[in-house]
Amino acid sequence: MPALVQLLTIFVLAIFVGFFVITRVPPLLHTPLMSGSNAISGITIIGAMLAVATPDPLSTVMGYIAIVFASINVVGGFLVTHRMLGMFKRKE
Amino acid sequence: MTALVNVAYLVAAVLFILGLVGLSHPRTAPRGNLIGALGMLLAVVVTLLDRQVIEASTRGLLLIFSAIVVGGAIGAWLALKIRMTAMPQMVALLNGFGGGASVLVAGAALRDASTPSLQLTIATAASGLVGGITFWGSLVAFDKLQEFFLRGKPVHFPMQQTLNALLFIGALAFGVAIALDPTAGWAYWGLVALASVLGVTLTLPIGGADMPVAIALLNSYSGIAAAATGFVLSNNALIITGSLVGASGIILTRIMCRAMNRSLMNVLLGHGVGAGQVGASADAVYAGKVKSASAEEVAMVLGSARRVVIVPGYGMAVSQAQHAVRDLANLLESRGAAVEFGIHPVAGRMPGHMNVLLAEANVPYDKLKEQSEINSQFEQTDVALVIGANDVVNPLARTDPSSPIAGMPIMDVDKARTVIVMKRSLSPGFAGIPNPLFAADNTLMYFGDGKAAVLELIAALKEAG
Repeated sequence: MPALVQLLTIFVLAIFVGFFVITRVPPLLHTPLMSGSNAISGITIIGAMLAVATPDPLSTVMGYIAIVFASINVVGGFLVTHRMLGMFKRKE
Repeated sequence: MTALVNVAYLVAAVLFILGLVGLSHPRTAPRGNLIGALGMLLAVVVTLLDRQVIEASTRGLLLIFSAIVVGGAIGAWLALKIRMTAMPQMVALLNGFGGGASVLVAGAALRDASTPSLQLTIATAASGLVGGITFWGSLVAFDKLQEFFLRGKPVHFPMQQTLNALLFIGALAFGVAIALDPTAGWAYWGLVALASVLGVTLTLPIGGADMPVAIALLNSYSGIAAAATGFVLSNNALIITGSLVGASGIILTRIMCRAMNRSLMNVLLGHGVGAGQVGASADAVYAGKVKSASAEEVAMVLGSARRVVIVPGYGMAVSQAQHAVRDLANLLESRGAAVEFGIHPVAGRMPGHMNVLLAEANVPYDKLKEQSEINSQFEQTDVALVIGANDVVNPLARTDPSSPIAGMPIMDVDKARTVIVMKRSLSPGFAGIPNPLFAADNTLMYFGDGKAAVLELIAALKEAG
């Protein structure tokens, strides 16, 4: 049970950090914020890698599809965010 | 080794947070994005060092690499090919894949756990429920935006709310079954099936103009699903990242709802704005008062303006007019006028959509002004040029407390000396009410189709010299 309390502590603190960090993002960048947050939510890829590495065939298949989904998020998310942010320029 | 892996995950989470901090300014944002990507690379590399992965067969490693290559290639192709006007669709898809990945990872973890704890089973049920809703809800949202099957119209059917409630209760019942008997794989799939249907039925009634809210909310769900998966795996990196994304989605949802003057419930249930409200009819508002102007007349007004504010709406995105609008702004500036853009938070189909389109068209970002910033300046503005926007410039929000949009934050374009509204027709926006701005003394209506109308206007301006 203490382990669960530890995880909950991290969860709650992370939500607070999220609120403070995200409220500082200007509306100008709200679209890159969404694609960028999609990219980091691809962190599920690490769970998917562990699932592929198990002996159970069905888990392996589920893990494989999950890696595909998550890496679409990671690569697609960071890349499209990069592409968008490159367009925001100051007056020359 | 495990300690090292966990420390690396902590570093990755810190890099994600620093990446988001970078997004607080367009100058630091590209670096922030790279810092986030670095965090992800670190997380993936150390996971390869995890005991479970190292001890897996070569086949396992090959599978991991091939899956990353396949997903990475699809992601890269999407990211490089997607048009900026289609960015809402891209984000909808990414939300969905995030939810789908969580469902699969949690399901696999439930199968693999030798002695599943109550924490694991409850978290798995939560991940399956939220992830399933996210995956299918996002696919429906994607379809509505892309207009394959559903033309962005809200879809209503009888007993909708009852059905949703039954689906939700059914999913919870499956969740209880998993908690009582973790070996019951059927219960997990039953839960995911019901959550999937729920994702579809929850998203169907949401209309095209409410899409910014739906996308922001699904964004938040995908984060919550990832955090739930973190509790399944007892993994801090997933919990922290999922919470960040969940918080981000919730904040954006709240901003969008406030800017549309809607409660979240109201959007989720797919009610029109102010259902049951009866205001003045369109005929009474418009009859004999609307002044329609030609491109030449509009060019004359614009030609003598010293200060112009352009207010774009979804109409600009639909007709891909952003480049033509940029040309118009440049032309006016070359004639000595000061030109700025006023961006309403819900202009477009997702948060920040207009800013990306105008940035793509090389409009410097310091000319893109938020609503709160530009509103005080309309009184010193010669011409406010409204392109394809309606409800967000409706002064009834300020003046008529009985209006369905009463209190909604709008762009105060009516305070400019002259207002030019570029629009296809007098048809109402998402609120379904007439807009007295179109009949105001200082308003000229310039009827035409987005891009073509802007190009015509540019030609007329050049001709006038």
